[in-house]
Amino acid sequence: MADDAANGVGMPQLDLSTFSNQIFWLIVTLFVLYYVMSRVALPRVAAVLADRRGTITSDISAAEEFKLKAQAAEEAYHKAKADARAEANRIVEAAKAEMQAQLDVQIAKADAEISARTAESERRIREIRDSAMEMVSEVSKEATKDILEAFGAKADARSVNAAVSARLKEGA
Amino acid sequence: MANESSGFEIRPMDQFEVKALFGGDISWYTPTNVTLWMALTVVAASVLMIYGARGRALVPTRAQSAAEMAYGFIYKMVEDVAGHDAVRFFPHIFTLFMFVLFANLLGLIPFAFTTTSHIAVTAVLALTVFLSVTALGFILNGTKFLGLFWVSSAPLALRPILALIELISYFARPISHSIRLAGAMMAGHAVAKVFAGFASALGAAFFVPVLAVTALYALELLVAVIQAYVFTILTCVYLRDALHPSH
Repeated sequence: MADDAANGVGMPQLDLSTFSNQIFWLIVTLFVLYYVMSRVALPRVAAVLADRRGTITSDISAAEEFKLKAQAAEEAYHKAKADARAEANRIVEAAKAEMQAQLDVQIAKADAEISARTAESERRIREIRDSAMEMVSEVSKEATKDILEAFGAKADARSVNAAVSARLKEGA
Repeated sequence: MANESSGFEIRPMDQFEVKALFGGDISWYTPTNVTLWMALTVVAASVLMIYGARGRALVPTRAQSAAEMAYGFIYKMVEDVAGHDAVRFFPHIFTLFMFVLFANLLGLIPFAFTTTSHIAVTAVLALTVFLSVTALGFILNGTKFLGLFWVSSAPLALRPILALIELISYFARPISHSIRLAGAMMAGHAVAKVFAGFASALGAAFFVPVLAVTALYALELLVAVIQAYVFTILTCVYLRDALHPSH
């Protein structure tokens, strides 16, 4: 107000005539502001904050759940891997055993054949040798008779045979 | 004050004059610049807290974040300073904080009127706090509220003297509470106006006071927020005394 400077106070703050006006409008303002804040603004902001806290909490628990699921899946995977490996080992062992059995059978069969053939061969060798011995003794007896006849000695066949056989046995 | 020096007229206190908006005399109900700037304070606080937070988004926008920060800041202050059972007074304290903060900040707009620079306004605010806190103290604690003045940890001989000191300091609370705010607001604005007046008087060297006003403006911005903070935290301290009067 213009008369402030004139009345020497100089401070509009101390002009008592405006106090009632200021106080009235201040009280009106405070009531309006309190009403707006407490009825509209603060509940909304509080709801948003609570909402966010709830979302964060549920997100964290969901993440925890997913983590557990992932761990379970990993465990299942490891278990499946171990199972598969064991199964594979088992199959390999079985195959090995089967092959070994077949091999054994074949070996036995081959052994039997080999021994049969060996026996056969031995028998034939013995036959050949026996027949050879027979022929040797035949030839020796004939030769001895012929030699004795050539010398003019008359030898009876039986004693010549016996002598030759005895000599052959000695030499054998 | 200022018009004593001729040709060099700075009237730093003119900005605090209460004027009727539509002319005429000022009676208690006349719409004045007080009415206008208080209404703008309500509008600004509502814009921040309602329009700014209108998205109610999970991930807040800047304005919503500011509204939530104001909420969280005052809520935590009430809880930490005045105790958990003081949270029911949170809307009252928040209203007080918003009013002082936006009155201070809007007052920094050039040609604005700073409602909180008037002792009539801050005194009503401080007295409201003082009276309601005192009444609350007696309602909640009965005569035990007087234990606030009786320092039972002091030697018995000292207690009456301490009680007198406590009583005086208790009644000094609304005075310091109100004058601190009004004084800080008024001083800063008056100094800014004086410097601005120098700028027009100094001619070519005008940039010196302009720079000074710029620096002062930054300081005043800080003061505006700090004074709102101080006013609110003191209210919380007084509230704590009412809720828990024992030392």
